[in-house]
Amino acid sequence: MLYQFWIAYLTITRKEIMRFTRIWVQTIVPPVVMVALYFIIFGNLIGQRIGEMDGMNYIDFLMPGLVMMSIITNSYTNVVSSFYGAKYSRHIEEMQIAPVPDLVILLGFVSGGMVRGISVGIAVTLVSLLFTEFSIYNPFIVLLVALLTSCLFALAGLINAIFANSFDDITIVPTFVLTPLTYLGGIFYSIKLLPEIWQQVSLGNPILYMVNSFRYGFRGSSDIDPLTAILVILFFISVLFTVCLMLLARGTGIRQ
Amino acid sequence: MHALEISNLEKTYASGLQALKGIDLTVEEGDFFALLGPNGAGKSTCIGIISGLVNKTAGSVRIFDHSIDQEFILAKSLLGSVPQEFNFNTFEPTEEIVINQAGFYGVPSRVARKETEHYLKQLGLWQHRRSQARRLSGGMKRRLMIARALIHKPRLLILDEPTAGVDIELRRSMWDFLEQINDQGTTIILTTHYLEEAERMCRNVAIIDEGNIIQDTSMKLLLKQLNSETLVFYLRDNLEQVPRLASFDNIIKLDHHSIEVEIPEQHSINDLIAELEAQNIVVQRMRNKVNRLEELFVKLTSKTDRTSAA
Repeated sequence: MLYQFWIAYLTITRKEIMRFTRIWVQTIVPPVVMVALYFIIFGNLIGQRIGEMDGMNYIDFLMPGLVMMSIITNSYTNVVSSFYGAKYSRHIEEMQIAPVPDLVILLGFVSGGMVRGISVGIAVTLVSLLFTEFSIYNPFIVLLVALLTSCLFALAGLINAIFANSFDDITIVPTFVLTPLTYLGGIFYSIKLLPEIWQQVSLGNPILYMVNSFRYGFRGSSDIDPLTAILVILFFISVLFTVCLMLLARGTGIRQ
Repeated sequence: MHALEISNLEKTYASGLQALKGIDLTVEEGDFFALLGPNGAGKSTCIGIISGLVNKTAGSVRIFDHSIDQEFILAKSLLGSVPQEFNFNTFEPTEEIVINQAGFYGVPSRVARKETEHYLKQLGLWQHRRSQARRLSGGMKRRLMIARALIHKPRLLILDEPTAGVDIELRRSMWDFLEQINDQGTTIILTTHYLEEAERMCRNVAIIDEGNIIQDTSMKLLLKQLNSETLVFYLRDNLEQVPRLASFDNIIKLDHHSIEVEIPEQHSINDLIAELEAQNIVVQRMRNKVNRLEELFVKLTSKTDRTSAA
């Protein structure tokens, strides 16, 4: 039976990967172009006037955050649009009718989201080589944080899709929650620049932990202790994972 | 063995609509079973619960003696379902849809590809295997859903209006195909609004109306309940007025060359033709006004309406 579930998991994951690679012009190219523009404008043009941030060139400071932003956005978007699309056109029923446990459905969708997030992250990293030298302080932390973050936001995207009743519902959270948190999550600046009170407020933003631990992996410097950051990410993953499983078991949004 | 065993199945939607009011139903292995009912009677809800798409409120469902609650992996493995509405990703290639479905059932890719080729060829879709599903015609999409439902070789196949919107030629070829897989041992449950289809293929039938099973019997016994049949007669000569016949009361003149007559069980068509000939009325051709099952179905379901209205 485990073999049966393994095949089902591979099928869902493969189906998810095929979905976004089939429309790569819509899924891979735009984030890469957008980040390239960030590098040109903020990294190269404005960055030269900014000088150093946290003891490094601004473009070197910026690079890990922009890669992380791509991972976050794409992991989330992939799952929210794919799962809601499956609900909307009812092909989610293909899995519901089949003997596929909720856990396998969950892992399949999350894996698809992670593959897209990491793929775009790699593409953005390659683009960054046009603007800055490639150096990694701790590859293990870079890989671990990238995987954990993409997993977390794929789970968040799934919860959004489960509750969504219209296409508007799948854009509200990314626009009004995810984007502000990402922009205020230390991608463009070190929180040390902020007044004390806003530094404390920023610590309540989970994306700050991801961006900083990722930056630590690349540059060896961070506003947050990397171990604390990884523990925070793991905590959020376990919460969202449990919520997702409960929602799927209840059939929220997918079974009447 | 029972292919399907439903006990006291109830479903009340969040809106308060009670779609199923505690139905019991048994379908034997190897049967070709019709589940009929007017729109909104509860057929699709019942099928939705069996397939795992709708949560039941109460009752139990067993597929080949496996509970859909406690043994859902085993129960679902034995079930194939063709829903009423298209529920595949229309942007995926035809072949991929079937292969992926096999994967959900744990069929390895190599085996799935071979089986997909077999079913797509059998259902006349092989030349469209690389086409996106949205480019297929309505009939092709229906056949695609049948291929998808059969890919894991289910022992019980449920078809919810599989021939809706399909032209008559294609419908007949689908009937032949379904009879063939039934002959090979697959139990089939069919819902349809084409009652000719149910009468031709199904051995047993249940009629569901307003959430209750109002008939559950063999097709032969059900049709025996029909105590009259309405036929349309085409006449050779111009008919000025409705003829008065001693043994037949319900005669309607449709136009100058045709009449509709209700023939009660105790009389034969020969009696009618003899009476018409006695009045120099010559019958050239005749046909059933509607299919026999359809006539009975309308009587049974409208009877329920009257009862509930009372």
